[in-house]
Amino acid sequence: MNMIEVEGLTRRFGDFTAVDHISFTVGKGTVFGFLGPNGAGKSTAIRMLCTLLRPSEGSARVVGFDIIKEQDEVRRHIGLVAEKIILYDQLTAEENLSLFGRLNNLPEEQIKQAIDKWLGRLHMEAWRKHRVGTFSTGMKQRINVARALLHHPDVLFLDEPTLGLDPQTTHAIHEFILELKGEGITIVLTTHDMVEAETLCQQIAIIDQAKIVALDTTTNLKKLLSGDNTTVIDVEIANFNEPMLSQLKSMESIASVTRSDTYRVRIHTRNTDNIAPILSALSAMGASVRAINTVLPTMEDVFLHVTGREIRDKVAANVPSVGGHRWRGASRVR
Amino acid sequence: MTGMFGNLKGLIMHSLRLGIKDLLVFARDRMMLISFVIMPIFMMLMVGFIFPSQNVLKNVSFGVVNLDEGSMGGQVVLALQQMSRSQNERMFDITYLHSKGTAVDQIKYQAISGALIIPADFSAKISAGEQASVILITDQSNPQVSAGITGTINGLMSAMASQLIVQKVAALVPNFPNPQQLVVPFTVETEGIVAGKPNYFEFVAPGIMAMTIMFAAMTGLAGSISRERELGTLDGIISAPISRLSIILGKSFAQVVRGLLQALLALILTVVLFGVVVHGSYGLLALLLLLTVFSFIGIGIMISALASQQETAMTIMMTLTFPMLFLSGALFPIQQMPVVMQWISKALPLTYAVEALRKCVVLGTGISGMMTEVWVMVGFGVVFTVIAIPVFNRAITR
Ligand SMILES: Nc1ncnc2c1ncn2[C@@H]1O[C@H](COP(=O)(O)OP(=O)(O)OP(=O)(O)O)[C@@H](O)[C@H]1O
Ligand SMILES: [Mg+2]
Repeated sequence: MNMIEVEGLTRRFGDFTAVDHISFTVGKGTVFGFLGPNGAGKSTAIRMLCTLLRPSEGSARVVGFDIIKEQDEVRRHIGLVAEKIILYDQLTAEENLSLFGRLNNLPEEQIKQAIDKWLGRLHMEAWRKHRVGTFSTGMKQRINVARALLHHPDVLFLDEPTLGLDPQTTHAIHEFILELKGEGITIVLTTHDMVEAETLCQQIAIIDQAKIVALDTTTNLKKLLSGDNTTVIDVEIANFNEPMLSQLKSMESIASVTRSDTYRVRIHTRNTDNIAPILSALSAMGASVRAINTVLPTMEDVFLHVTGREIRDKVAANVPSVGGHRWRGASRVR
Repeated sequence: MTGMFGNLKGLIMHSLRLGIKDLLVFARDRMMLISFVIMPIFMMLMVGFIFPSQNVLKNVSFGVVNLDEGSMGGQVVLALQQMSRSQNERMFDITYLHSKGTAVDQIKYQAISGALIIPADFSAKISAGEQASVILITDQSNPQVSAGITGTINGLMSAMASQLIVQKVAALVPNFPNPQQLVVPFTVETEGIVAGKPNYFEFVAPGIMAMTIMFAAMTGLAGSISRERELGTLDGIISAPISRLSIILGKSFAQVVRGLLQALLALILTVVLFGVVVHGSYGLLALLLLLTVFSFIGIGIMISALASQQETAMTIMMTLTFPMLFLSGALFPIQQMPVVMQWISKALPLTYAVEALRKCVVLGTGISGMMTEVWVMVGFGVVFTVIAIPVFNRAITR
């Protein structure tokens, strides 16, 4: 059974199209991920599904209810963890949770039970009577997740749920998401973290510039590369330099070259699994090659393959302080 | 579905929850709490002390140049001193100067606000049966004090003149029964409706109460909604299965409570600190304050709907509320404004709120004497709320 069915969903802000005719379905008890760079339209898509934003075009059903005509029914069955934390700093964890429990029409008794349950599971029981304003980001996010789950929603929307969290908290949230999935809750999440997408999602929609550019299971997305005969190799070159990089890029049999650190590059071949021409080119340009590995493609490679650029390129544009050669990929845009 | 009745109960419960939440958040926010208390105090003090009280002349530095060679000039000065002293608050601080030139200089340096010059031939002319005159110079850069001085000195001089005539009549006709009556056939006695001397605070206190409420209803409501929009918490409320109406009602409820408490604070301040007496009934006063809130809440909701960002909300608010403050008669009497301004004034809800509150506080008028104001406020409230609610509903999910 499909918990979410989206058909040609579009949202414009003036002349600008933030979400452009996206269509997909999400099965019950699965984790569906929107993967895309900043400004791709992930949040806008989620906000439409949560009835926070009216679509300009297209339609969608969430838990079988139309997001335009049956907003209240949709709201009854969803939980939302948005980009910004939906909690009041001046209220305690418990007061926040009670408030949202009541707004979701839960009886008092049930609210109490739900608070006990979720605070227990998220290891926040001790902080029940403390004001949220005094919490760290990670603690806030745990309470925020508890809030979204209070009324036992069928679908949980998570918009970049681990943004700004430390590795431990991120890991805990990941574990928790997988537990929820195991309990039959359908989850839609957005992220620009490849690893997050890969560890959590059965299905991934790669969204770039308002459009879904690839949509499949994680495994199938990776097969996209082998289907096109694309081979991914890591090459370590002791005397690597800029001219070598541009020379490699200009080669017919190479789709993309990404410099991963001073001595290493990742190469995607173009429609071939033959790396011999690359090797001879390397030796012709006098590269002292220390190692060559054929690697299993990651989501990062998939993203690069379908969009023609690294996800970090876009992110980097917004985070100029993250300097160094890592971000030099801006020139890699085809 | 529990039907109409269940929906109504849900609507009320959700509104209350949201309203109580807003009040709790407010009460725990120290900054907001401080501004809540400071605002009416600040307004009272500012408005109360900046604007002149009923008695314009208080400790006014005033110069006297007595050049008169006879005795009449001395009498004028004596009368001036006496008048100054007879008031419990001194009207003039008198400085004695030697020449008109020094007087003019002193006014230029604003050491004194005016000066009376009694010329050398003052007594001589009076004795000779000619018309004598004194010269009054005032600081024109302060028209209000200037006008006050002119009025006072004119009064003093004509009182002295009549006294002179009375003496002359008595001398001419030794047994004239009542020379005073001949010279001054009638006097004007001022009498207020209520006991005691009205002061400026009594005039502005109703204005400040109305203003406080207006700010709470307009700034408070729009500010609170746009703050939640920016914090992101509004998403949590909108994505909950509650009626849009309960969001407006809850927010309005919180702001109404806040506004009324603030108005009450302003009232207590005026009564305790400035000795304002409420001549009307407190019940009516409470009713009028509620009506004031109601007349503004619709406009507040509309602005909240139209302004997506806190800053925009504030800008709209300022452009709306600022003229209202000055045109509503909250601080200045409307009657003193140009006709066009008076027309604009008639179109503002604040004008009616202030008028009704003032009637109640200053004159002790009952509700039957302010039906026009009451109906106009109800009208403003109903019309704007009816327009605002659908606008808000549409705007909240853009
Ligand atoms: N209310 C709005 N008005 C105008 N433009 C908007 C609005 N909301 C979003 N946009 C634009 O739509 C585009 C997509 O925004 P969105 O927030 O959906 O991106 P995102 O994929 O969630 O990015 P991020 O990773 O930064 O959260 C952006 O270019 C943004 O500027
Ligand atoms: Mg986003």
